[in-house]
Amino acid sequence: MNNSPYLLQPASVQSVMLRVLIALLPGIAAYVWFFGAGILVQIGLASIAALAAEALMLALRGKPLQLFLGDGSALVTAWLIALSFPSIAPWWLTVSATLLAIIVAKHLYGGLGQNPFNPAMVAFALMIVAYPQLMSQWPAAGATDFAMQWQAIFGSRMIDAITMATPLDAVRTALHAAHANTTVAGVLAANPAIGGIGGKGWEWVAAGHLAGGLWLLRQRIITWHMPLAFLAGLCLVAGLFNLIDGARFAAPLFHLFSGGAMLGAFFIVTDPVSGATTPRGKLIFAAGVALLTWIIRSFGAYPDGIAFAVLLMNIAVPLIDMYTQPPVFGHKDGEAR
Amino acid sequence: MTVLQRLFSFNGGVKPAYNKEASTGLPIAMAPMPAQLVIPLHQSIGGTPRPLVAAGEYVLKGQRIGGADGDVSSAVHASTSGTVVAVEMRLMPHTSGLSARCVVIQPDGREEWIPRQPFDYRGATPEQTRDYLRDAGVVGLGGAVFPSYLKINPGKSGKLDTLVLNGAECEPFITCDDVLMRERAASILKGALIMREMLGAARVLIGIEDNKPQAIAAMEAAARAANEEAGHPAMQVVAVPTRYPAGGAKQLIRVLTGIEVPHGKRSTDYGVQCFNVATAYAIYEAIALGQPLISRIVTVAGNVARARNYEVLFGTPMRDLVDLCDPRPDSDRVIMGGPMMGLLMPADSVPVVKAANCVLVGSPKLFPAPPPEMPCIRCGECAKACPADLQPFELYWFSRARIFGKAQEYHLFDCIECGCCAYVCPSHIPLVDYYRFAKSEIWARETQKEAADVARERYEFRLLREERDKQEKAAKLAARTVAARATAAAALAAAEKPVITAADVAKKALITAALERARAQKAGVRQENTGNLTPGQQAEIAAIEARRAEIREMAKPHLRQDD
Repeated sequence: MNNSPYLLQPASVQSVMLRVLIALLPGIAAYVWFFGAGILVQIGLASIAALAAEALMLALRGKPLQLFLGDGSALVTAWLIALSFPSIAPWWLTVSATLLAIIVAKHLYGGLGQNPFNPAMVAFALMIVAYPQLMSQWPAAGATDFAMQWQAIFGSRMIDAITMATPLDAVRTALHAAHANTTVAGVLAANPAIGGIGGKGWEWVAAGHLAGGLWLLRQRIITWHMPLAFLAGLCLVAGLFNLIDGARFAAPLFHLFSGGAMLGAFFIVTDPVSGATTPRGKLIFAAGVALLTWIIRSFGAYPDGIAFAVLLMNIAVPLIDMYTQPPVFGHKDGEAR
Repeated sequence: MTVLQRLFSFNGGVKPAYNKEASTGLPIAMAPMPAQLVIPLHQSIGGTPRPLVAAGEYVLKGQRIGGADGDVSSAVHASTSGTVVAVEMRLMPHTSGLSARCVVIQPDGREEWIPRQPFDYRGATPEQTRDYLRDAGVVGLGGAVFPSYLKINPGKSGKLDTLVLNGAECEPFITCDDVLMRERAASILKGALIMREMLGAARVLIGIEDNKPQAIAAMEAAARAANEEAGHPAMQVVAVPTRYPAGGAKQLIRVLTGIEVPHGKRSTDYGVQCFNVATAYAIYEAIALGQPLISRIVTVAGNVARARNYEVLFGTPMRDLVDLCDPRPDSDRVIMGGPMMGLLMPADSVPVVKAANCVLVGSPKLFPAPPPEMPCIRCGECAKACPADLQPFELYWFSRARIFGKAQEYHLFDCIECGCCAYVCPSHIPLVDYYRFAKSEIWARETQKEAADVARERYEFRLLREERDKQEKAAKLAARTVAARATAAAALAAAEKPVITAADVAKKALITAALERARAQKAGVRQENTGNLTPGQQAEIAAIEARRAEIREMAKPHLRQDD
């Protein structure tokens, strides 16, 4: 029989993960609405691959299958991979990325709770380095129907016809082309498919993730520190440079609502396992991710920088945690510990 | 008078289901006299009292049967009159299942008291009063059972700002302080006034969780009366927000005064002292009525049909109490204390002791076995719940990996083992067990190191002493030689010019040797880094050491090899 406490709050890893999945639903709904049901195929592929890889690794490691397979953590990784990959990526890209995430980034580091790097972001970073072309083909809003997407995923159909650059990509590519007279506003205006705040359709996906994220906050699954520090950090640095040179640097709102910013703020940066844990550490970690994201977006070779930014900050987590230990009860007057 | 009191807050804490209503419906009842009383000699923090009686002796109710031993210790008394049947090892009310020396009394049913008279504490010196309370067996009845006489000491300054009476009673199920405050408020406050006088405390704050409106009302009425009588509004009842562990002494002090007393520091250094309301009542009984501590209020609750509070003589088997309350058939365990910090009893035959504020009957349905332990996902729920502002998951990682130095660096010993972290953990990790393990390992290592230090010092001193003896011998020899030469010279040179006598030379040599010896001794004495422990800490360490030794003894048959 166990020792005190004999009472336990009804909480479990499973319920935490389940609520994260639920919180992803609004963003997914918006995704389907604007870009078609292809994303659902991707989510399905990633989920099956994740569960299979998880089961294999658990069996190899001699861990109780049912207990760990049911914890939902593999599904969260799978969904994040599907949501951060182009929804018309070929099936093998999604599947091999998911296998990499679960087998290498998660289980080879010791499984649930032990991975120093965010598995979904490891998968994203590897694939964008290995297959930059495939990782940059995004469907334009309303441009493709489900049959075309299905073919793109499983067939060998020439997909260039139905894709377009994401707004982030378009802005970055245009500015990198170094035409002295190109401006952010010019790029956005010249491309009719890019509209609204963060690109047509994408701002609604971002809004969906924002809604889901706020619900997670209310559920006390995540704390306010990371999303706020990330979004505020991104706003601040983008705003500063936008003020300095509005022609070259996009406005803060554009940054917040394009690419994976909202998904990142509430679902990726907030990964507890690979992120900082102290209140101050969380602020530093998320602000660091924001700064690196902006730098990579603005000057890097890749359209979106969240994955690299998260991985870079993951490395710094032990140091951040060590230097930001909160004062203990009774030791709050700056007394050395 | 309702003075608005500014309240402070502590971080963390949890709000488990309180389950207190079941046992507060009926007034306190006197538990019936058991067939035999088994009174453990060791019922408080500190040294085990010496037995003062032997088998066959007749004892009176309230007669001292165990005398305080050492600086930290507290007497124990016969709970009723009768014959001592045995002084022997019996099973203790502790999870370890260890036995300790107990006095077994066969009651004669006459309840014949020792002569009782009030103690004139105003006419006595503080030391005399403290000795009296030690011999009356008064200890902290909130569950920590620290000898109260040691705490009734205002410290260097000679007076305190605040005396805190702890009536928070934050653990689920437990209501013994609640009913005590409802029924005996005036006596509690009389005890508090005695403590206030001895501590020179300017005010008395009585903290009660706001889920006990009746106790608050009773205490407020009594405080009003007491203040009017004293002509001075020193006593104040303060309703504090209900949140476990608001009844932790440090948490309550923080809530009422805003002062945070760090681990290892005396609260009196910060002008505060804190006592449980039941302790105040015990002090009233001891000083105003001349009755030593022989009983306490015990809540019997949990998986029983009729939960209730009883006044129970120490030594009464817990089983007797449980039987009074109709335990349900699926009951499978007895816990001493509450569901957050209580100790699982090795059997229901163990006696009620001073620490037993609650006898909690458990069942698999009431306290289900925790789901399988999962890995820590560093979600930080434990850190949010920790009332000591620790990072429990970091302590868990360090304890698990046996990196005890790091665990200490992250303030392992500031952990009060309240159980909040384990309560909220979504991975169902028995976190507190890891901290208990790490703490006992660290204590064991420190004790070992101390023993090694002592041995090394002894060895070094022996080397020094041998060296010194050698030098002394050499010096004496030299002196003798010089003396002999001087005598010879004196004989030779007649008695005309005596420059240095032989005696002078010998004396000088001896002085040199003595100086050498003093220096050697000085080098031999080293500062011990464990020297400045408080008596409480020393006692705690001693108690743990004893427990460890006994556990090791018990575990021996199970171990193939010597550890």
